Amino acid sequence: MLGAVLLGFLFSLFLVFAGSYFRGKLAVLSSLIPISLFIYFLTFLPQVSAGEVIYENHEWIPSFGVNLSFTLDGLALLFALMITGVGSLVFLYTAAYLKDHKYLDRFYGYLSLFMAAMLGLVLSDNLMSLFIFWELTSISSFYLIGFNNDKADSRKSALTALGITGIGGLLLLGGAVLLGDVAGTYRISEMLMLRDVITDSPHYLLILLLIFGAAFTKSAQFPFHFWLPGAMKAPTPVSTYLHSATMVKAGVYLLFRMTPVLNGGEIWHTILISVGAVTMVYSAFHIIFRTDLKGILAYSTISALGILVFLIGIGTQAALIAAAVFIVVHALYKASLFLITGIIDHETGTRDVTQLAGLRKVMMPVAIAGFVAALISGGVPPTLGFVGKDLIYEATLHFKDNAIFLTIIAISTNVLLFYAGFVAGVKPFMGKLPEKFEKLHLPSPLMWLPPLVMTLAGLVFGLFPGLIESAFAKPIAMTQAIEFEDFHLKLWHGFNTILGLSAITLLLGTVLYFTLKPKHALENAIAKLDVIAPKDLLLKLSEGFAVFSRLWTNFFQTGYLRHYLSIIVAFLILLLGYLIFTDFSLEIDFSTLTELTIYEISILLMLLSGVLYTVFTKSRLAAVAALGVVGLSFSLLFLFYSAPDLAMTQFSVDTLTVILFVLVLYKLPKYLKLSDTGLRIKHGVLSISFGILITLLILRVLNEPKNTEITEYYAENAYKLARGKNIVNVILVDFRGIDTMIEISVLIVAALGVFGLLKLRLKSRDKK
Amino acid sequence: MEIILAIITGVLYASGIYMIMRRSMVKLILGIILLGNGVNLLIFLLGRITKGEPPIIDSAEKVLEGVYADPIPQALILTAIVISFGLQAFAIILVKRTYKVLKTDDLDQLNTTDEDS
Repeated sequence: MLGAVLLGFLFSLFLVFAGSYFRGKLAVLSSLIPISLFIYFLTFLPQVSAGEVIYENHEWIPSFGVNLSFTLDGLALLFALMITGVGSLVFLYTAAYLKDHKYLDRFYGYLSLFMAAMLGLVLSDNLMSLFIFWELTSISSFYLIGFNNDKADSRKSALTALGITGIGGLLLLGGAVLLGDVAGTYRISEMLMLRDVITDSPHYLLILLLIFGAAFTKSAQFPFHFWLPGAMKAPTPVSTYLHSATMVKAGVYLLFRMTPVLNGGEIWHTILISVGAVTMVYSAFHIIFRTDLKGILAYSTISALGILVFLIGIGTQAALIAAAVFIVVHALYKASLFLITGIIDHETGTRDVTQLAGLRKVMMPVAIAGFVAALISGGVPPTLGFVGKDLIYEATLHFKDNAIFLTIIAISTNVLLFYAGFVAGVKPFMGKLPEKFEKLHLPSPLMWLPPLVMTLAGLVFGLFPGLIESAFAKPIAMTQAIEFEDFHLKLWHGFNTILGLSAITLLLGTVLYFTLKPKHALENAIAKLDVIAPKDLLLKLSEGFAVFSRLWTNFFQTGYLRHYLSIIVAFLILLLGYLIFTDFSLEIDFSTLTELTIYEISILLMLLSGVLYTVFTKSRLAAVAALGVVGLSFSLLFLFYSAPDLAMTQFSVDTLTVILFVLVLYKLPKYLKLSDTGLRIKHGVLSISFGILITLLILRVLNEPKNTEITEYYAENAYKLARGKNIVNVILVDFRGIDTMIEISVLIVAALGVFGLLKLRLKSRDKK
Repeated sequence: MEIILAIITGVLYASGIYMIMRRSMVKLILGIILLGNGVNLLIFLLGRITKGEPPIIDSAEKVLEGVYADPIPQALILTAIVISFGLQAFAIILVKRTYKVLKTDDLDQLNTTDEDS
């Protein structure tokens, strides 16, 4: 399985080097990758439908418990087949749809990267590798949405999608780490045994919220749904593959996968059912107001995702089976409808449903695919859609509370989805063909065969629901439901309540389709409500954040040294000053202090007057001379206090500095009074408080006993080990010899710099 | 004595910081030197000061014993003095060069990277 996951990554890497050969006729060959993977996964079907679960483990970072462990059970196989199956058709379709596009190879690269990441996601048994693949899908979808990167709104949509799903990825990481911490393992298959430990843990609610956040952002649940309609800026194959069939279902997959681990009763049901219900009804109503085919499909996709979350929230076996079947149903009809929309867009150049009509006369096979897709979407017998819808009603009707309310929600959503399917799949082909479309012709079979294949599959599965039952529904129910109970999928249940509900749905849907026509007026009406839409609120938030950070930066990054220094000093004063104010005792043990003599006092007075004179004099030369006094007082001080080496160094360095200064300053102008008095006072106050702070700190430190361990080591070993009697020298040239060598090289660099600056002739400037 | 030296260190810090905040480049360098001296004194003080007992082993002895000044702060300060000399020399020449090219000693006029300002 590792090979299967890596294949897509390797292929996209291969395209980086050999991409130019895949731009022309060879492009269609890339679909061999998903097709062979599809066949590979089909070979597992007998084993998995017999109830087997296949594990495979490759060590990656075993010390963190992060491994590439894969598991193939009913759920993983369902998704793997969907990813590779829809992937094959999309790869074929793209070869014709983006024929001769100059970046076709790049597109295939992103697409196979995405496919590999998605396969890794659904096959991972390790939460950490699942997270990594989850992020990879976000990143590859960013590139795919922004594929037309010369368009501003394309880039913006890609960024929005990345932002929202990126937040979800962070939440997932948080959830995974917490869950791994509570369970003591990152392997999902091992967590299954620890369900009670996890649901009883104090972090349970937090884990649940984090995982929910991840799933809701990825699967475009209210209020994070808005990135999905925006993502429709991507080329149609991307919308088909990522935003209807696979990636947006990753969140649903996560919830599905976590059901046996986290389904801990009331809170699980409450959150998932309410979020799912709000999403499905909210976006189903949005469909009415759309005239763009892709917009209609986007909102109906969100609504379908809402249904899936809702069903997982109900969480009974019936609901989980309904969800599994509905995932297949939705992938089949929604991917077909997207592909059909792509054909219409490609041929007519418009996706405006109010302008499209009568296209069946020029593209009959597409019209057939559209019609069947609409039937599946509406749940008309004998398609798989009918089976799926029945299962949904069964799940809602048998839920322990609010059964009737939930059923009504499900019915109204289904009615609107019926309408969406027919508007997108049937309406463009009905009626009279406008003149401007008469010259159109049927596109390449590579484009119309994929939707036809998918819709026919929907028809076949509907006639023989046993296929789905044995392949996916039962293995999924066995691993994901809490208690397994045998069941059978049937197209015909006899006359009962559910059949009645189905009939009502179909009837209302048909009425809606014939009475309600998509109009621009409706679209404009809803646009006025955009002000309170979550998308705009979030956009305003992010704009506000940008404004705030600009102000913040402008306030702190002024480019003036004194501002930076003032801020640093003020911050230190506040921080340390607070500490000193709250927790400080100044006890000075006068007995340990060295006594004062007249020599020292005179030196200190010299030092002090030198410093003050340096600061306050108006003459530059006088300041330098006073600085020399300061330096010489220092060397005397060092001499008194047992540091002859320091005294010597300070003396020579100070002399040199003063000489250098005088040589240079000779040519400089006089001091100007540059800053006003107020600023001087402000700076003075800051500096003096800082000086006081330092003094207090020193006094505080002098109270502490001193650690003499290292000193004693040197005192003992300076002669024994290094044969030197001046310990300071021994430290410098022997114990820390390499430091000194580096110090010398620093000096050499400085000397070179000085030399260069002195000799440099800026000729072009001098001439001016 | 330590108390007075602590106060002097504070004075050096305060005057150093104050000079660095001035707009003149020469004052900036003077400030850096003063601040550097303050830091040296701080390190010296924290190593505790000892009068008249340099850390040098007697010619007859092999191990330093009894009361002696701590050699570690001294080694640190020696390094610091030498390095800061390198910095000062470079900074002084840089100021000279800047003045020659731009005819100004005012830091605020160096705030832009534009050639013609």
